[in-house]
Amino acid sequence: MTTLAPEGVRLAAVGLRKGTARAATRSTARVLAPFAVLAAVLGLWSFTSHVLLDADRRFLLPPPEDVVRKGFLQPDNLSEMLAGLWSTTQVALVGLAISIVLGVVLAIVMNQARWVEYSIYPYAVALQTIPILAVVPLLGFWFGFDFSSRVTVCVLVSLFPLITNTLYGLKSVDAGQHDLFTLYGASRLQRLFSLELPHALPAIITGFKIASGLAVIGAIVADFFFRQGDPGIGRLIDIYRQRLATEQLMTALLLSSLVGLLLFWSFDALGRAVDRRRSARRAAH
Amino acid sequence: MSAAAQLSPPFPPSSVAIALTPAASVRFDDVSVTYPGGTHALEGMSIEVRKGEFVSLVGPSGCGKSTMLRLVAGFEAPTSGRVSTGGEALGYVFQDATLLPWQSVQRNVELPAELAKLPQDVRVERAASAIRRVGLAGFERHRPAQLSGGMRMRVSIARALTMQPKIFLFDEPFGALDEITRERLNEELLACFVADPFAGLFVTHSVPESVFLSTRILVLSPRPGRIAFDIDVPFAYPRAPELRYTSEFAAIAGRVSEALRAVSQGERG
Repeated sequence: MTTLAPEGVRLAAVGLRKGTARAATRSTARVLAPFAVLAAVLGLWSFTSHVLLDADRRFLLPPPEDVVRKGFLQPDNLSEMLAGLWSTTQVALVGLAISIVLGVVLAIVMNQARWVEYSIYPYAVALQTIPILAVVPLLGFWFGFDFSSRVTVCVLVSLFPLITNTLYGLKSVDAGQHDLFTLYGASRLQRLFSLELPHALPAIITGFKIASGLAVIGAIVADFFFRQGDPGIGRLIDIYRQRLATEQLMTALLLSSLVGLLLFWSFDALGRAVDRRRSARRAAH
Repeated sequence: MSAAAQLSPPFPPSSVAIALTPAASVRFDDVSVTYPGGTHALEGMSIEVRKGEFVSLVGPSGCGKSTMLRLVAGFEAPTSGRVSTGGEALGYVFQDATLLPWQSVQRNVELPAELAKLPQDVRVERAASAIRRVGLAGFERHRPAQLSGGMRMRVSIARALTMQPKIFLFDEPFGALDEITRERLNEELLACFVADPFAGLFVTHSVPESVFLSTRILVLSPRPGRIAFDIDVPFAYPRAPELRYTSEFAAIAGRVSEALRAVSQGERG
């Protein structure tokens, strides 16, 4: 018996150390794994353009170092692209902001009564299924070919996930918590602000994450069609395509996906912060 | 199943002073509940629970025990008959602690007073005294996820206490807790009951728990729920933990078990 106790303690300590070691391995893997994939992609890319492609067809897929040299390291090219990127980013951000407000408000309204949900929801779904490329020219006829139309495209493209995620969050409140609020005579507004919205917050943030990528895509699509005002990155992509300037084209692609990534990461960080606040497991003394 | 079969108590009814308080708090008058699908949940239920009485409802699953609490709370309406509460303040402790995970213990306990729009200082003071009463002083700033299951249940009870309920409903609140925690919470709950008597309705599946807490135990028949046995528990309050190991306690627990077996047999037949 006396020999067993220290053994148990030692085993527990080893288990603990193993646990923290495993956690460390996991977080290292989290950082390293994407870089490993990146290295593999770059290797394959290099191999394709240097070995598989003849010199006269290399313009189809210029090697990574050419993309970096002509796209990122030439100040003229880069500043043109950054200006376009900024213009597109502004459209995406304004569109996303409008979409967030509109999507959350619509979901809240739909959550107030079944008949409202039933009457609006089919159109929210339709929003997702209409071919946006066909609608874009129409928007041009109606609203002109400048900023407001570009923003409208962003909103149309990014609204749906915001509505559905918010609605899902609002509806997934535990029945017992609803009973609790009923018991104490909560008003609709108290129920909304003290129970439903805080409960839905993680789901709403998931909606932000999905919508942020879509808003950037919407802004680039709009750039293709609406050519008044500052040229967005989408307009530049179109020009590079016509000029067969593949290096710049690829740089522009990388830069625009970077904007989507940055937005996604910010909302992801926000979501993690919310989760951490709720499930904090500090030792309860 | 016939009407309530009264088992005669082995002792004269308890002489607890608080049980003599006259005002009837909860009354069921010939209450029946039938759900739209045709499910018959309760039939001809008539009981009265006064302030200072603690009534446990036991019976097979689906016999309408929880429905009775939901009727008192007004979450559901009877199909026929009448449930009255005299407009007294209600406390309801749910099966889950139903805490808001994004709020601290303090804010969770303040919630009913907040919903009732009581002034800030009243809110804070009532929450503080309720938190002290359930022995959670020092945990005000913790979040539910940082607490054990038993502590969460204490927060839930504290939250109900802030509205100074005259009628207290419990829907199997300690079912998910380990035996020792459950017994301690039973003792603390009784301390609250003795300090500030209410009319208690307690749904449970645990025979010892029902005997330890109650003045009276109603054993319900399977669906539709009716009172099959009505058993008095004559022990005076305050009740010591050791009561559980007396032969008198065992005798009553035995009768409740026997009654439960009888109604379950009816179910199978």
